[in-house]
This record gives sequence, structure tokens and C-alpha cells, in this order.
Amino acid sequence: MVNNTIEISGEPRRARSGRGPEPRHAIELIGAGKTYRSGSIEFEALKGIDLTIDVGEYVAVMGPSGSGKSTIMNILGCLDTLTKGEYHLGGDDVDDLDEIELAAIRNEQIGFVFQGFNLMPALSAWRNVEVGMMYARVPKEERKVRAQRALERVGLGNRLENRPGELSGGQQQRVAVARALVGEPTIILADEPTGNLDSVSTADVLSLFDELHEAGRTIVLITHELEVAQRARRIVWVRDGEILRDEVNAA
Amino acid sequence: MNWPETFGISWSAIRSHGLRSVLTVLGILIGIAAVILTVGLGLGTQKDVSAQISSLGSNLLIVSPGSATSTTGIRGGFGTSSTLTLADAEALATSVSTPDIKGVAAEKTSQLALTAGTANWTTSVTGVTPSWLSVRARTLSSGAFITNAENTNSSAVVVLGSQTATELFGSQNVVGQTVTINSKTFTVIGVLASVGSTTTSNLDDVAIVPMSTEANELVGGTSSATVSTVYIEAKSAAQLSAAYQEADTMLLNLHGITSAASADFTISSQDALVSTATSVYRTLTVLLTGIAGLSLLVGGIGVMNIMLVSVTERTKEIGLRKALGAPPWAIRRQFLVEAAILGLSGGLLGAVLGVAAALVLPGVIGSSVVVSPGAVFLSIGVAIAIGVTFGVYPATRAAALAPIDALRTE
Repeated sequence: MVNNTIEISGEPRRARSGRGPEPRHAIELIGAGKTYRSGSIEFEALKGIDLTIDVGEYVAVMGPSGSGKSTIMNILGCLDTLTKGEYHLGGDDVDDLDEIELAAIRNEQIGFVFQGFNLMPALSAWRNVEVGMMYARVPKEERKVRAQRALERVGLGNRLENRPGELSGGQQQRVAVARALVGEPTIILADEPTGNLDSVSTADVLSLFDELHEAGRTIVLITHELEVAQRARRIVWVRDGEILRDEVNAA
Repeated sequence: MNWPETFGISWSAIRSHGLRSVLTVLGILIGIAAVILTVGLGLGTQKDVSAQISSLGSNLLIVSPGSATSTTGIRGGFGTSSTLTLADAEALATSVSTPDIKGVAAEKTSQLALTAGTANWTTSVTGVTPSWLSVRARTLSSGAFITNAENTNSSAVVVLGSQTATELFGSQNVVGQTVTINSKTFTVIGVLASVGSTTTSNLDDVAIVPMSTEANELVGGTSSATVSTVYIEAKSAAQLSAAYQEADTMLLNLHGITSAASADFTISSQDALVSTATSVYRTLTVLLTGIAGLSLLVGGIGVMNIMLVSVTERTKEIGLRKALGAPPWAIRRQFLVEAAILGLSGGLLGAVLGVAAALVLPGVIGSSVVVSPGAVFLSIGVAIAIGVTFGVYPATRAAALAPIDALRTE
């Protein structure tokens, strides 16, 4: 169960020198297009969409498979680059960055939560959580403290030394959420985070997201399940590479 | 990601595939141990051979019947022809035209059975002149050597090698005892001090008799005047080539041969023997080391194979690490370090095994093995280099994986 007594810090982004005030927009896609080429065949996965997500928002990107939501996920996660338009993340223009710079952006600004958890089976929970911080050159002692705090935040303070194989699916996904949180990223990007979970664990993970949202985190949830999308405060409906609807979720 | 952390990750990756890593390490290990051992064995044999040849005596020239040319090898009946005679040896020893020759010792050898009481022993019964002891640089452990008088009188006396004495009597205190050779009774007058064996003959297993006794009493017949080998001792190392010239000229004259190319004898020097033997063993060493090196190469390919498997198997992990912010160089370094650890482990264990074998082997095969620390460190270095070299391609492939493609792999 989620530990409610741990205080979750309000504003996740630390002040960054030389860039002026904190950007209000976490994400800004302007005329964003992505065309895949395979030989002579071209496929326009994203047809020039505009999307702005503010800091602190909890947004679900909703659509059936083939709608372009995976492409949006890859673009937002800086795992892929646009062929058209612009992408600003946390005030940085991330177009035209090379692989090393993109790696740094992913490291600092994005916390991934994947459908398949993607934990390293040989590493204990806290060691899984610290991986990103290793690439950010955070000192060892600090990494352990922060990993521990992040795991406590997701209610796994007593599972620090357990390996993924010793945890339930829901617990594994919470380890993954802890890993996403620990670097204090601009956005938490969750790709079908409940796709591999039973209903109890799904509720568990989604309530964790609610809680993170309450604490001021920016969350982007990619899903094809309406029940999951409805937990977000805003739903962006995607179909055939275009935004169909962008609505505030009354619920 | 700093170096210790990279090592930590690589180490845990290696440990998580225990058996596979051990087998990979084994490939390198065997290669390194084989290289250390073959080089050591080659050097050891070279050393042994040099020492053995030097033990024949110092500043020595060896005259054998039959001829050999320097490049085409032996011509004529080497060892079987009987062109050298006792007269040749006497002429070399006494002539005024051989001022650089200090001493001459002829040997006439035949394999005969010795009997002492109930003990039987077949050995090289060698007829020699009294000068033999000093020319061959031998000493006695007890008794006396053959005198000129005994040689002249064809006395039935014998000096035994230390091993021969032990074989026949079970002890070294045998002076005054008698042995029977060819149904003739010989009195033992001395025992030679032990010098060990060469690759071709056991210098401690001999029975030395006066030359005349050997010729008249033991061999007889037409071959009684011929000798097997004539040893010539030069006055100094510097005079060795002069002595060679003098002996050559004299023997050609004595045998009435005008062209040196058709000589019916061969003079070789210890130096020539040493260098021939050394070069033979060097060639062998190079050959064996080459084969051992090949096994090292195969070990390296094993490392590459395993690293490629490792990259394929961990595609998802690589994708995840990239998503979490690992730059390509960190991924490349992780796999390179993994390959280097495999190489280093193989190198270290191979060196341990090689050195251990080098310590045990001389006792088993009786040949020395020379292992230099330099060779050990070099081969460990080579093992790491092999790991890294064969790790570059898999590591580069890992680093080049696109994070989305890698993450998508199930």
C-alpha cells in the first residue's frame, strides 16, 4: 500500500541557472510531424500536431493501437526525433540534439514508466532505482539515500533489497515509478503502465499516480484503456496521427 | 558512471552468466597457459642442451669418421665407416704441426655385457688413452685412472661410470672388485664422478678400458685399429679455430685426400653443436608457440562470440539504460570492460596454471622449463588486449542500438 505519511515535494524541478524563471509549459509540441520511411514506403505517423502540457498537469494520451500514441510517447520521451515541427521540453528545444545530448535530456527531464516494468532482474530494488542517477554522476551515498526515499515514497521502504523476481507485478511497477521519480524529472512519462497488471495492482499504481499529481508532478499517461485514461485530469484523444479531442476530464 | 561503477556492473553481468563466463575464460586460460608453457619448455630445453654439450669438456673439437658438409648434412657412412684410426689420434697429439692442440683423446666404443657375480649390465665399453680424463674434463670419485703402462700392456683393468658401478655392485666402493667382459676378467681400478646425462648418451653409464685392451681383447679383427671418435682439446678458446685448421690439414694429409670436399671425417666444435641444437629447439619453440598462439586466437573469438550473445541477450537492458540516460560511450565502455575482465581472468588463471605446470613438469618429463616474469606479465597483457580487441565490435554494436528498438524487444 502507498505510504501516505511521506511528504512528497511540491515543485519537482530544481531552479536551473541561466535559463530565467521556471517554464510554465512542461511540454510544447508545435506542428509536430513524424514520417517513417522504409525503403520507398512512407508512413506519416504524426500529422503535425500541436500539444501543450503545463507543469503539474496530469494528462492521458488516449487512442487505439496504430493511432500514433506510441510515436507521441517516443517523441515526448526523446527516444525519437521529429521530422517536422518543434518540441520544447521544460523550456529546452530538444530538436537537432545529438545522441549524447538526448541521453542527457532523458536522464534529467524524463522519468519513464513502461508497460513491462523493465527492471533489471539481477539488481535489488534500490539498485534499480539508482541506475539513472549513476549516469547523472550523483555521488554514491546520495544515490542510495535518494533511492531509499523514492522507494519509501511509493510504499516499498521495506523492500529495498528485494530483487524484481521477489516482488509482485504491482510492486515491480512501483519500483519503476520510484525510478522515474528519483531524478526529479520535468515529466513522468508512463507508457501503458497498467497493461501487465491485474485490477488490484492497477488500482494501486493509479492511486500512486493520483498522489504524485496531488504533490505537483507532471504526468503524461499513454494508454488505450478508457478506465485508466479517466483517472487523468485531461484526456487527449489521438487517432490516425492527429489529435481528435483534447478535453478536461470532469471526473 | 565512473570506472568502479562500470566495473561493478560488468562484474555482476559476468557473474549472472556463471557457466558461460567460465567457459569463455577457459578458452583464454588454456591459450595463455599453453604459450607460457611452450615458451618455457623451449627455453628450458635450449638451456639443457647447451649445458649438456658444454659438459663434454671445454674448448673441444670432435672428430668423427664419415663426412658431413655444412649445408647438405651427412654424407657417407657416418658412424659406420672406420676411417679414423688410433694412428690419426697419436699423430694429432704428438705432431709439431699442431701447436694449438693441448690434448687428444680417442674413443673406441662397443656395447658389451658386464657381469659381476650375478649382476648383469650392458653398457658402452669404451677404450681410451690416458689423456681422455683431462680432455673430457672428467674426474674420479675413487681409485685411479688408466696409466700409460696399462694401455701399453693391454691390461685387464676397467674404470666404471658411477651408475654402472651402482648397477653392478649396488655401491660405489668397488675398487679392487672384478667384472667379467666377454668372458675376460677385469679389475675395477676407479670410479668416475657423476656428471649426468646428455640427450644422446648417459655419461655416468660407461665402462672405460685401455684403448689397446679394447682393440685387442674385446673387439679384435679388422676394426681393431679404428676408433669411434677423437676428441681434441685446444689450448684455449681463442685457439680453437687454429686447432681446427691444424687437425683438418693433418688428417687430410694422413688420409691422402687432396680436396677438403671429399674428406672422410668430420670435425665439429662444441660451439657448432650448441648453436645447431639451439637453433633446432628455437625453431621448435617458435612453432609450438605459434600453435599455442592460435589457441589464444580461438579463445579471443570465444570472447567475441560470448560478448555478441551477451549484447543480443541484453538488448532490452541496453535500451532501458539508454532511456534512463546512458550515453553511447557508457554502454560501449560497459561491454568493453566486461570483455576485458574475461580476458584478464583468463590471463591471470592461465598464468597461474602455466607457472604451476612449469613447476611440476620438470619432475615429470625431466626437462627444465624456464618461465620469466616478463613472459608471464606479457601474456596477461596479451590476454587483456585480446579481450578488449574482440570486445570492440560487440560493444560498438551495443552502443549503436536505438533505444526504442532495444526497448521494444521482448
